[in-house]
Amino acid sequence: MAFSLLLIVVLGATALFFATHLSIPEDRSQRVFAPDLVRRGGELAALGYCASCHTAENGKPFAGGRPLATPFGTLFGTNITPDPKTGIGLYSQAAFARTMRDGIDRAGRDLYPVFPYNHFTRLTDEDLSALYAFLMTRAAVPAQNPANHLTFPYNVRPLLAGWKLLYLDKNPVPRDQTRSAEWNRGRYLVEALSHCGACHTPRDRLGAEIASQHFDSGEAEDWWAPPLNHKFPSPVSWSEESLFNYLRSWDVGHGGAVGPMAPVVAALATVPEQDVRAIAAYVGATLAKPGESEKRVDEKQPQAAEAHPQGAELYAGICATCHETGGHVPFTVTSLGQHTSIYAPDPRNVIHVVLEGVRPPEGTVGAVMPAFADTLSDAQIADIAAYLRARFSRGGEWQNIEAEIARLRRSTSP
Amino acid sequence: MNAPLFNPSRRDVLAGALVVSFSLRAIPSLAQEQENVSKPPLPGSLKKAPMLDAWIRIDADGSVTVFTGKCEIGQGVKTALIQVAAEELELDPHAIHLVTADTARAANEGFTSGSNSMKDSASAIRNAAAQVREILIGIAAERLGVAADRLRAQSGAIIGPDNRRAAYGDLVAGNVLHVTAQPTSKLKAPDTLKIIGQSLPRIDIPGKVTGGVSYVHDLRLPGMVHARVVRPPSYDARLQSIDTSDAEKMPGVIKVVRDGSFLGILAEREFQAVTAMHALAAAAKWDIATKLPDETNISSIIESLPAEDHVIADKHAESASATRTLQAVYRRPYQMHASIGPSCAVASFDGDALTVWSHAQGMFPLRQAIAEMLRLPEEKVRCIHMEGAGCYGHNGADDAAADAALLASALPGRPVRVQWMREQEHQWEPYGPAMVSRTRASLDAGGNIVDWWYEVRSNTHSTRPPGAGQLIAARHLETPFTPGPPRPGDQPEGAGDRNAVPLYVLSNVRVVHHFVPDMPLRVSALRGLGAYHNIFAIESFMDELAAAAGADAIEFRLRHLKDKRARAVITAAAERFGWSSWQAAKGKGRGFAFACYKNLAAFCAVAVEVNIEHESGHVRLGRAIAAVDSGQAVNPDGIANQIQGGIVQSASWTLYESVHFEPRRILSQDWSTYPILRFGTVPESVDVYVIDAPGEPFLGTGEAAQGPTAAAIANAVANATGVRIRDLPLNSARVKAAIGV
Amino acid sequence: MITLNVNGRSRDVDDAPNTPLLYVLRGTLELNGAKFGCGLGQCGACTVVIDGKPVFSCLTPISILQGRKITTLEGLGSEDAPSPLQRAFIEEQAAQCGYCIPGMIMRAHALLTANQSPTDAEIREHMNANLCRCGTHMRILAAINRAAGGMHAAGARAPAKAEEEE
Repeated sequence: MAFSLLLIVVLGATALFFATHLSIPEDRSQRVFAPDLVRRGGELAALGYCASCHTAENGKPFAGGRPLATPFGTLFGTNITPDPKTGIGLYSQAAFARTMRDGIDRAGRDLYPVFPYNHFTRLTDEDLSALYAFLMTRAAVPAQNPANHLTFPYNVRPLLAGWKLLYLDKNPVPRDQTRSAEWNRGRYLVEALSHCGACHTPRDRLGAEIASQHFDSGEAEDWWAPPLNHKFPSPVSWSEESLFNYLRSWDVGHGGAVGPMAPVVAALATVPEQDVRAIAAYVGATLAKPGESEKRVDEKQPQAAEAHPQGAELYAGICATCHETGGHVPFTVTSLGQHTSIYAPDPRNVIHVVLEGVRPPEGTVGAVMPAFADTLSDAQIADIAAYLRARFSRGGEWQNIEAEIARLRRSTSP
Repeated sequence: MNAPLFNPSRRDVLAGALVVSFSLRAIPSLAQEQENVSKPPLPGSLKKAPMLDAWIRIDADGSVTVFTGKCEIGQGVKTALIQVAAEELELDPHAIHLVTADTARAANEGFTSGSNSMKDSASAIRNAAAQVREILIGIAAERLGVAADRLRAQSGAIIGPDNRRAAYGDLVAGNVLHVTAQPTSKLKAPDTLKIIGQSLPRIDIPGKVTGGVSYVHDLRLPGMVHARVVRPPSYDARLQSIDTSDAEKMPGVIKVVRDGSFLGILAEREFQAVTAMHALAAAAKWDIATKLPDETNISSIIESLPAEDHVIADKHAESASATRTLQAVYRRPYQMHASIGPSCAVASFDGDALTVWSHAQGMFPLRQAIAEMLRLPEEKVRCIHMEGAGCYGHNGADDAAADAALLASALPGRPVRVQWMREQEHQWEPYGPAMVSRTRASLDAGGNIVDWWYEVRSNTHSTRPPGAGQLIAARHLETPFTPGPPRPGDQPEGAGDRNAVPLYVLSNVRVVHHFVPDMPLRVSALRGLGAYHNIFAIESFMDELAAAAGADAIEFRLRHLKDKRARAVITAAAERFGWSSWQAAKGKGRGFAFACYKNLAAFCAVAVEVNIEHESGHVRLGRAIAAVDSGQAVNPDGIANQIQGGIVQSASWTLYESVHFEPRRILSQDWSTYPILRFGTVPESVDVYVIDAPGEPFLGTGEAAQGPTAAAIANAVANATGVRIRDLPLNSARVKAAIGV
Repeated sequence: MITLNVNGRSRDVDDAPNTPLLYVLRGTLELNGAKFGCGLGQCGACTVVIDGKPVFSCLTPISILQGRKITTLEGLGSEDAPSPLQRAFIEEQAAQCGYCIPGMIMRAHALLTANQSPTDAEIREHMNANLCRCGTHMRILAAINRAAGGMHAAGARAPAKAEEEE
């Protein structure tokens, strides 16, 4: 750790000499765009889920203010509406492109990689132009970005120049001529715009995605983000079709997205079908395990009930009401064992869902699960989690479940 | 007419400071009226039950019971009926005991539907009460030896000039009220009314908010058992086979009842019945026959089905020549009653006679249907109304009553309570039909409508009893009953064509109702019937025409409207909303709509404000203002409550609601698959102004806001976005698709 | 036999331990307040207050309730002596069919016990879990606001019965 920090300081200082960090002049000249370009930009913005980080809860779209917790402190999604004072209203297209590709804002400040420019840097010029056209035609919302809460030395922005030297790979997404056009299209979307690796690839101590562990699983807002490759731990196999269903709405084999993945699916529901099919083709190629499509959930119910009698009773009295009806209750799958969360290395996702429940956006069809934070004690939720783990997973017992519940209660309650 | 606006502020009412101005116009005297009309019809439901003691009974101890064939369905009718009776009988409302629909006790007033309870039952009760009062005065005059015109009724007694009094109870010996009602009554003059016009707090609310026995769901009879039914997975699925032995062995289970595809289970305790029901459902094997149409294509399917055509307006006159013609198509999906409490019923069979407690809207038609289903004489079946959760029309109540009747007849001697599950209510209730209308109109050079053409296509809006075949259970029996032929409903009230004829003054009008008998989905009456859709279409189109004429939406309506009361509610709503001073802003819109419900009931105008989130297309409701004229307002706060509720419910229908289905089954089976409005997005405010019309007949109110609200929201969305959406619901995805990026 | 603490009274019930509280309240204990609405925790008609928190009684087995304080609509007040919140619902005439109202009152009761003067936005967010089909929402909000104002103003008075229980 100490060595890394030292290295970064040195590199950062060095980088200052290479200062490409000049302010780019204000430019409001181009604010009228071809409607098709704006429309395409809108689809791309949905494929990049811009709104999910750049919109506060109950806030105006793209006006920023959403807190993003990282190991280095809390940052806030910025205002990317074309408001000249608080948003990106003074950005020329060149300034916008530098922000997306180099992680340097118009004023010349380095940006933290929580903004995934390590992915956006690989966007094509055409897509950047479309995104620019889309964002610059949004309603300008005056909304001051809240100050980030970062600890030293992470609050020293120039160090980021060094970070970039270490980690920012600006090469375009390569084409694999042996693969289909759809697969290549998916690869481009996944690796550049949709930045799946930002959550699904583990990061090192300096917050960089570890390239050698691409899609091995990661973190998103204190949820576990599962692997998108052969390390996927659930016995329920994926196919391109099931992945497409899941990404678009809901899949009968795997259920639906919850937590930070829910807004991703909500956004993908609005984009052209072929883009989602392309993503499913690319990710599906590594995620699907050929020959395993018939594999069923492996139940160890008697052993689990014996090991965790309290959990078994709670499950029967509460969870089973909806989750053991053979999938008859809408948005439930036949067995809770089909949910990936039960095979995670830690119980956070299960705890999140039990504590917070699930609710769809107002007026839309989608899973409704009540929050059990007020009904169940930490010990009871721990019993349920332990029982589910023992019943379905061979991954070994989860440790410190109760402490995790207490921690998540603290961090998620208002 | 003196029609003061007033805001029914409950604080004022409670403080006794409510100020209501009444018209001084006297009602014609009894004698004059009798000279003019040879034999006028009896008022309201007195036509159906003309004996006064069918409505009012006074016992020797002075206790007064009022009977109505209507029922409380959350609209507050019990309180209003008591007010009407108390007014004419000169009694404290709390001294009156009201009996609602019960085939053994009350008059047969058909269904409690169509916003007709005040017109039918309150008119009957008010006239009966006035006639009873005059009879009592007449008897007292003889007994006291005082001329009748020197006597007055007060607090349960007839009082003479010398303060001599004869109590009501002392005057009623010898069946004096068992007489036929007269066509006209000596009703109290509007300026002497003390109880009518007051916002008397509803008599049912204290019990409901403190845990009283308020609903049939709360009925507990000695020895009562709990039942559940297992329904097929789709409309026409048949039970192929079932092994009931496991379910029968479960704790508390009394028996499993099977008759054809009808399947039920009886248990000592309710959760035992629920648990056994799940086991039974898992054991049942069904032949699934149902083939439902493609949901995404439903309106063209409705348009392609054979139809009976009814021309309901066809008027042609000289007019200026048309300079511009507009046309449009409006569509509505299937929508649900979606009562918050699934249907429930209790039935008890003693081996000879059956009693059913039900929250259905018509006890007499229900009795007929159940008697037919069980092959019992009608007099052996008694149906008693008890409240349920709000129904807003024909939901699962009748069917649950039939379930209870079948199961009780399988277990004589023990009352049986049947509670439907949520998914059963959602999947089996008859929906409000999907509808399509096509409209065309022309404007002259001055921006006036010169011709109007409107065609609406719809299924029936009533598959209610009578007729055993109207009941789900009866269709599933080994020897099944089949439903009767669907009926289009009659003008002027109409059904699919309800409010299809505009109230506007138009020189050339043609309105056609294409009645579609084939029903792809089970449908029936949903609050407002076709009026919801027709008013949505007509009032949307009026805005489109106003825009084409370059006219303000309010002015354009008034330009085509003569009816004074219609003009009054429009003007009042517009003023209260601040229509003329309203400031436009990006993403913000205002919308207006009006209708006279059924063209013969309450006048209601609604103005709303919306804010549209451009990025998502989400419609957020701002202020909503309504003005309503329900005739003589019996309980102004009750009227306001109905209109407020109607606005919020219609907003939910209009913004979000659509029944989802796939070829083999209904997909909307709970609140996740049939989302409705929640607190997060209710309007900022909903204000209702009740325009009293003293001396005028009572006009039904309960359904008056549904159509105007839908059109006002659609007009506001169009105003905010510049894009007209003619398909309901106006959900985020549809609005976003319309406004584009 | 399970012992439940309902509205301050100890009640022994012989229902199966996995029986949801709703059925025990309505059946064994003959309390009408909590209503069956969906059995799925989606509508809130069955809401009761347990240890100060609003809970869906349709998804809460009695096996986990030993020793916990259960408050139902009946525990707030009676028709003759309604609690301030119940009185506010009567004064605002905040009911149409009224079927959802017991759940609304219990959810609001939990809010007002924890926060005596919630903002309108806080009330709307808190009440979002409960559904009403008649469209009585505006009056329900008015009643909760009225009760909040009342509770606030009555701060100097002796605590109401409902508050003592918490």
